Amino acid sequence: MTDPYLPMRSGRDPLCTRRDALQRVGMAAWVAGLTPWPVQAQDQTGGDPLGSMQWPVIQRKFMGQEAWRFTDEVIVKGPEFAEDAMNVPIWLDARALQRSAGPIERIVVVADRNPIQHILDFEPLNSWPVLAFRLRMEQGSPVRALVRTRDGRWHVGQTWVNAAGGGCTVPGASRADGSWSRTLNQVQARVFRNVLDGGTRLRLRIMHPMDTGLVGGIPAFHIEQLELRDAQDRPSWRLHLHEPVSENPLLTLELGDGAQGPWQLVGRDNNGNRIDERFKA
Amino acid sequence: MSRRAVWAWRLAGLAVFSVLGCARVALAVDPATGDYQLKPRQIAAQTWVIEGAVEDFSRANGCNIINTAFVATDEGVLIINTGPSWRYGQQQRAAMARTVPQPLNQVVNLNLHPDYFFGNQAYADVPVLALGGSRAGMQAEGKAYEDNLYRLCGDWMKGSESTPARQTLMPGPVVFGGHRLEWVRLQGHTADDLLLIDHSTGVLFAGGLVFADRVPTLPHAKLADWIASLRTVASWIDQGTVRTVVPSHGPVHSGRYGVDQTLDWLQWLHQRLHSSASQGLDLSEVLRLPMPERFSRWAALSAEYARSVTYLYPQYETDQLTSQPVQAEPGR
Repeated sequence: MTDPYLPMRSGRDPLCTRRDALQRVGMAAWVAGLTPWPVQAQDQTGGDPLGSMQWPVIQRKFMGQEAWRFTDEVIVKGPEFAEDAMNVPIWLDARALQRSAGPIERIVVVADRNPIQHILDFEPLNSWPVLAFRLRMEQGSPVRALVRTRDGRWHVGQTWVNAAGGGCTVPGASRADGSWSRTLNQVQARVFRNVLDGGTRLRLRIMHPMDTGLVGGIPAFHIEQLELRDAQDRPSWRLHLHEPVSENPLLTLELGDGAQGPWQLVGRDNNGNRIDERFKA
Repeated sequence: MSRRAVWAWRLAGLAVFSVLGCARVALAVDPATGDYQLKPRQIAAQTWVIEGAVEDFSRANGCNIINTAFVATDEGVLIINTGPSWRYGQQQRAAMARTVPQPLNQVVNLNLHPDYFFGNQAYADVPVLALGGSRAGMQAEGKAYEDNLYRLCGDWMKGSESTPARQTLMPGPVVFGGHRLEWVRLQGHTADDLLLIDHSTGVLFAGGLVFADRVPTLPHAKLADWIASLRTVASWIDQGTVRTVVPSHGPVHSGRYGVDQTLDWLQWLHQRLHSSASQGLDLSEVLRLPMPERFSRWAALSAEYARSVTYLYPQYETDQLTSQPVQAEPGR
């Protein structure tokens, strides 16, 4: 059995070890025939496998009173250590959940310990529930995807990303050198076939400083809404971005089987500047 | 083969191994006393190296992962690189004084990375030199290095402050205490990579351009420049100018062993990043691609691969997006 007094494993939340230890103490007391330790009452993480004290608050804030569960069918991958705290790559894949639990209404991405926890909302609509993007992290934190299926239930996947931090409170390169104003809201896009089997991958880069508002004298300035429309003018997917998404967001989406262009990307930032770009595969 | 012959072979093997310095000495660093256990090892006439662990920075190895060296001539001692902390610099200076009687003459840092110059703090009374660009880089990044090393190395850093080199070294040949030295500026690992060829001994102090048995570090790297510089170093070896190579990270060795390993890694990495970007892979996916078997025994593989990909891949991605754009049409 693991020794609860061993030092914590690097890259893990210390609280996790403490919670495990509490549970073990409770178990030992129960085995010894003593009054059982009220494990759940002591567990202030709401059963979070990553042992984060913020989890109960996040749960209420983003999912309210609705039913939810943790599941491996929502894959969230990040680096073990955020080498660049201003560009932490996150990979989301909820295709397994969609197969087992039906269509997905939206995916809410949060980072418990970021000064701005809410990273983005993603409505896959007619695309696959797959998304790669980068975010700024202020310190090591769980990064979670809260996935709401159309039946109103929530399914939560997560990962722990360790970070030296500081990513939210320093200006990005284009803000530091002033070049952002010459490229604002320019779009670069490219389509790749069969990166995932049968998929139509869209990689998009939108030039925007994505200021968090946490750097002295630089108010929050970020893209708020993006929507891709297909040749029939139907929405393929919709994104609501928040401040922690990295400067010049590079987004990777899967438009699904045999998706054909041309497409139109529309959106706006929080200052009302519009994004409107058409492109073909 | 007789038992004696077998032993003779084993001993011979061991001798070759240790002459080449390939034996990975388990460093007995002691975190309790802060003792790096520095043991200078003579590799040529009047030339010693102090070998660091062939690993990534960690508290267990005291963050001592660099090879430092000194050349003790009749004109005094030249110290090459001063390690990751003030404490390392003090212990390096003491180890040097225990080993050779000559007085200290000067200290040189081969590039701007923190393990090359943080021990400068122990050499306030002697000239400390580096290339101009390295000096500027040390001044610009020193505080950030400090933060990072305190976080990674803890108590080993106690009292350490970034102490950039104070004088600018001009590349070129110089005779020092009877040694025909040549300082050469190349680039690619950083913008200013200083190398020292000792023509009297055939020893090359290769700095950060050559790694051996360890994945190269690339935060300031320009791959194309680095590859070109390594071809220059290879030509010195092929011509017989250089016989022994002292890399900053990895065992001291003879011939092209480290140069070829480093070239292999850089060319492979460039190819991987280029082909991944042209296939449309995201950074997250590239970080998780499997590694070729031939690199599996190199030290710091997963950490350095992640670091290199994180810093270098975005440029390959944006090159893909900008060089072959979709037929974009202006909006409504």
